[in-house]
Amino acid sequence: MTPDAFSPAPAPVPSSSTAARWTKAGAWVAAGIVLIAFPLVFSTPAVTSIAVFTVIFMAAATAWNSFSGYSGYISIGHAVFFGSGAYTIALIALHLHLAGGYGIFWYVPLAGVVAMVIAVPVGLIALRTRRHTFVVITIAFFFIFQLLAYNLSSLTKGSAGILLPTPPWTGVGFNQHFYYAALVVLVVAVLLSAGVRHSRFGLQLLAIRDDEDRAAGLGVKTTRVKLIAYVISAFSVGMAGAVWAYFLGDIHPQFAFTPLFDLAVAIMAFLGGLGTISGPLFGAALLESLQQYFTLQYSAGDLYLFAYGALFLVVIVALPKGVIPTVADGYRRWHERRTQAMVDKTGRMSGAAPPLAPNLRTAMETGPGVKR
Amino acid sequence: MSALLEVDSVSRAFGGLVALDGCSLRVEEGKVAGLIGPNGSGKTTLFNVVTGYVRPDAGKVRLDGVDVTGASPARVFGLGLGRTFQLTRIFARLSVLENMLVATQRREGWLRSVVKGQSSPAERARAMELLEFVGLERLARSPAGILSYGQRKLLELAYVLVADPVIILLDEPAGGVNPSLINMIADRIRALNAEGKTFLVVEHNMEFVMNLCDQVTVMSQGTVIVSGTPDVIRKDARVLDAYLGGSDEDDLADVVAGDGSEVGHGVAGG
Repeated sequence: MTPDAFSPAPAPVPSSSTAARWTKAGAWVAAGIVLIAFPLVFSTPAVTSIAVFTVIFMAAATAWNSFSGYSGYISIGHAVFFGSGAYTIALIALHLHLAGGYGIFWYVPLAGVVAMVIAVPVGLIALRTRRHTFVVITIAFFFIFQLLAYNLSSLTKGSAGILLPTPPWTGVGFNQHFYYAALVVLVVAVLLSAGVRHSRFGLQLLAIRDDEDRAAGLGVKTTRVKLIAYVISAFSVGMAGAVWAYFLGDIHPQFAFTPLFDLAVAIMAFLGGLGTISGPLFGAALLESLQQYFTLQYSAGDLYLFAYGALFLVVIVALPKGVIPTVADGYRRWHERRTQAMVDKTGRMSGAAPPLAPNLRTAMETGPGVKR
Repeated sequence: MSALLEVDSVSRAFGGLVALDGCSLRVEEGKVAGLIGPNGSGKTTLFNVVTGYVRPDAGKVRLDGVDVTGASPARVFGLGLGRTFQLTRIFARLSVLENMLVATQRREGWLRSVVKGQSSPAERARAMELLEFVGLERLARSPAGILSYGQRKLLELAYVLVADPVIILLDEPAGGVNPSLINMIADRIRALNAEGKTFLVVEHNMEFVMNLCDQVTVMSQGTVIVSGTPDVIRKDARVLDAYLGGSDEDDLADVVAGDGSEVGHGVAGG
């Protein structure tokens, strides 16, 4: 019997073998150790400065991905939350007359909360639209916020910008404090992203990515699910913006609300692998460190834009799924071939895949397995 | 016996095209109801109105006495009405098992859904049980995108069942599916019906409809022209007119007249 509706019948893919799980856990632990030890090993200020920006963008790209990557709604307006976080911390420091030092870091979560609060009305409006329209609406919101930062000068001091207090730290330690603050934000962002991915509502988000109307017809309250993901994502981005602002020391509308941020986080996630947890980390680590390096080395601040454009084309043409999923697929295929070769060698199970028919027949003869 | 699903003179126009024109339909609890009619007669639009995807211009839809006219698809599903689509719609990048789990979540508050894990062991067991029921258990871990068209139809049926709906609307469950699988689908529907599930089935395959359904409703040009048992429908002249009147499906007339007795007894071609 060759029922064509049942033919490709590949053997069930194991969820993840014990070995694969250990490899994965090992990779995460190794990455953690590298991230913690990095500024202690490479303590040159030029290097640690690059590292601070890199970790901030790893957090931002991870947070962006936990909404856009999972839901398929590509936001080119997350700079709204990055800038809001930056301005929140600057205004808090200004109005509370905070002195430079650790104290300011305690207000970073508050900057995240402010970004969340802003995300609610923005999300409610933008999420009424889909796909391409959504992208355009998020860009529009981004420009609205940049204009507000310029023009609400009683609040934001307009284009003069706001100066943040300088921390009393000196020498090698200066960057290290910021590095570890950024690392905490990164850990929060990764935990939130992983939490979303493995929660029930994360599954609903992935279902929306694949077919929103079908998901609605299976009881998924799509607007609510999208909005929650959008708000959670804004929280981490706002915190990243706050650390970024404090590290820079002064903020201006055109830098806090920059379209380059919007593009950068999207390209980082695309490069690494949209919708994966490690993808945006990889993409951001690679792109942001390169960008900062070129800026420092050649002081041609805008050269990296060409590199971004070229890289984006390469990713879309050669690695549409992103680096991490492509590598993972390649490994899986290699592993399957090797297993198959070993099976063939022992002479068992060679030839066609076993037909599904016996299964099917048993299922039908034993009748419905449904009892409620 | 009261009707589980009641469609009361529903109308819907898309611009100048009147897709539904005062269409009424009743599905009794515990029955398998069939809905047939030439292409463009409004069957799928009626489905879309009933399941909340399209708002009717006029008329009422009641599910077990509750007015669901214009309710959202999520709410209609929550009230116990599941449906499948004519062109199957599955979540291609999720695994087959994850597809099954999407529908388990309908009773959850939002806070619990954020905090809770993707699925409980009991829910996974239930999902696997249903996958076994439709013969897809071996593919549980595979991405749903690799499934064949027929397998997608089965998956769609299975993941609607996860939420234990009281009535299921099937839009062409046998369309584009090979004969042995058609028999399997018919068999599954009968088994579910024996457990008390109600069905409303849109289908062009007359043998399938005539053998499966207790009651058949025929639509033409957006309205119901006749409703009755398969025997009554076979002999009704208006049905032949509807199909022959300019439709390219005139061969169906022969099938409507025939008895199609060879369908529905185990797997053919084994």
